[in-house]
Amino acid sequence: MKTILIYDGSFEGLLSTVFYIYEYQIDQFSVVKTEDYVANFFDKKEEIISNSNKANRVWKALSTKISANAKRKLYKAFLSELPGIENKICHFIQLAFASKYKIEKDFSNPTILEISKVVKMVDREKHRMDAFVRFRQTKDNIYFATIEPDFNVLPLNSDHFRERYADQKWIIYDVKRKYGLFYNLNTVTTITLEIDEAINNKQNELTFFSDTEVEFQQLWGNYFEHTNIKSRKNTSLHIKHVPKRYWKYLTEKKN
Amino acid sequence: MNFDRINEKLSILADAAKYDVSCSSSGSKRQNKNKGLGNSDGMGICHSYTEDGRCVSLLKILLTNHCIFDCAYCVTRKSNDIKRAAFKVQEIVDLTINFYRRNYIEGLFLSSGIFKNADYTMERLIAVAKKLREEENFNGYIHLKSIPGASDELMREAGLYADRLSVNIEIPTEKGLKLLAPEKDRKDFIKPMEKVKNEIVQYKSEKKLLKKVPIYAPAGQSTQMIVGASGETDAEIMYTSAYFYKSFNLKRVYYSGYIPISYDDRLPSIGTSVPVLRENRLYQTDWLLRFYGFDVRELLNKEHPNLESDIDPKLSWALRNLNQFPIDVNKADLRMLLRVPGLGAKSAHKIINARKFRKLNWENLNLIGVALNRAKYFITCDSRVFETKDRTAAQLKSLILSNSNSKFRKDISSQLNLFDAPNLKTA
Repeated sequence: MKTILIYDGSFEGLLSTVFYIYEYQIDQFSVVKTEDYVANFFDKKEEIISNSNKANRVWKALSTKISANAKRKLYKAFLSELPGIENKICHFIQLAFASKYKIEKDFSNPTILEISKVVKMVDREKHRMDAFVRFRQTKDNIYFATIEPDFNVLPLNSDHFRERYADQKWIIYDVKRKYGLFYNLNTVTTITLEIDEAINNKQNELTFFSDTEVEFQQLWGNYFEHTNIKSRKNTSLHIKHVPKRYWKYLTEKKN
Repeated sequence: MNFDRINEKLSILADAAKYDVSCSSSGSKRQNKNKGLGNSDGMGICHSYTEDGRCVSLLKILLTNHCIFDCAYCVTRKSNDIKRAAFKVQEIVDLTINFYRRNYIEGLFLSSGIFKNADYTMERLIAVAKKLREEENFNGYIHLKSIPGASDELMREAGLYADRLSVNIEIPTEKGLKLLAPEKDRKDFIKPMEKVKNEIVQYKSEKKLLKKVPIYAPAGQSTQMIVGASGETDAEIMYTSAYFYKSFNLKRVYYSGYIPISYDDRLPSIGTSVPVLRENRLYQTDWLLRFYGFDVRELLNKEHPNLESDIDPKLSWALRNLNQFPIDVNKADLRMLLRVPGLGAKSAHKIINARKFRKLNWENLNLIGVALNRAKYFITCDSRVFETKDRTAAQLKSLILSNSNSKFRKDISSQLNLFDAPNLKTA
């Protein structure tokens, strides 16, 4: 019989689940988030309570089996939020604990190859956000951006923006997941905001943003148009690099 | 700031700068210190892409498009009847900083038409970079053009503020240069390049001995060649390229398909299409030289002065050297794996890692991401099924072509169509 392990959706919760799997020697399992759980007649269910102590023990023990880099990859895979990714992460960890060797580079194993492919997707999305974040300067001199990434990559972007924009206050807000990062010139903190829908409305730009903000947006749009070489037009390549779902947050593509 | 006036200048001077293809913003080592603005340490970022599919990473503009030279291939040549404009130093600084703060760009790519003389122009370029670094505490990426003929002292100073310096040699052969830009001399291009190279060498050796050496052009030098403007062969282009990589430790050579901008009869006429496929093949060759351990003489030589347009240069090489194949992917060394058509650098490394655990079969290779439609004729693996037929190069080529789908198929088929009379040209 399969056991459905229900966890709270946090990474700590997932690691606690791994602890549980070993503690009770669960053989057949499927890990789901609380919100995704649908009851059925055939499977046993177990609710896992997040426990930082147990999570830490799993995380530390992993260091004896795989590299720090591979551990980070597991975290990245977790951020993908793809359906079923929890099971793959648990299998990966089981493989790692069971093996005498470092298994992380065994790309002939389907689970390991799959994780490395998901990590590649997450990395790409993280890199896209480094590129596609467009700040607008608010009246109180905070550089403000809204995003809607495919995966939950914002935690991965934090260092990049903190190092780069060390002398300006900024907020990057994930509208889909309803949380954001705020840098106050010293540290980055996670925040949640009530965002006025009107903020992404072109007409209201001057209510929220600084006087020169619109001018610079126009300069940028103009530059973008003039740096294009018309005789080399290649729309499919353009869309491949800048997929349409990102356009609404890109200053140069909004209009 | 007078935004309308700046907007007008930006239109003119971005238009004039866009034919420079370099947009790289990677490979520098400039970290953000003392809570300044910007960081360019490591990976480059393409913040957007224009409708022609090229990346927008840097604010790429000219300081001015006034120029005393009259090079036939250049849009800002003296005799061309176009609007002229010039930025003030402060205007470029403001644009760069404000674009950077909004995360539009990685930094500035500043080039210029040559006004008065080489040194005067170079001085102004340096003034922009200096102001950005010293007054604005800007650590973003700066790419400056080395103006041909600029003095050694100025090139020394430029490298202290810029991450990358570049001189475009533009025309691959000296005879082409004489024809299209008679006032220019190859030596003028080489002089600043030589100086920068020596400075970088010196910086690296001093860095080993001393703790504090001012950082010098950390992202190195690059250059650009126009392809298809002066009737040169692929071999001439790539040999020039290999020479510059070797003699000046260049980070990159860019190839830019000539975009017709003039009715000058020394050049392809307006309306001629841009040779994008040829450009692509040249870049592939460039990559083979830099990352796949090929020597330029293996790919292009007297018997093969031009690259094949319908297949990539690695496949072309492999077909000429069938005696070296097939190889066993479970045994071959990295050097040979990299030479297999359809097998990229990433797959090669994955194979080397994965085969430590078990012998790889076709399915493993497929999942790893090897393009088996090409590779299968050149490798064997842990499987009893493999290509056993002895085929000639021509047979293999047509077999591979019939089983693959090139994005350039349209261009290629028109070039190969022998039965279409108007296309039958004697070159």
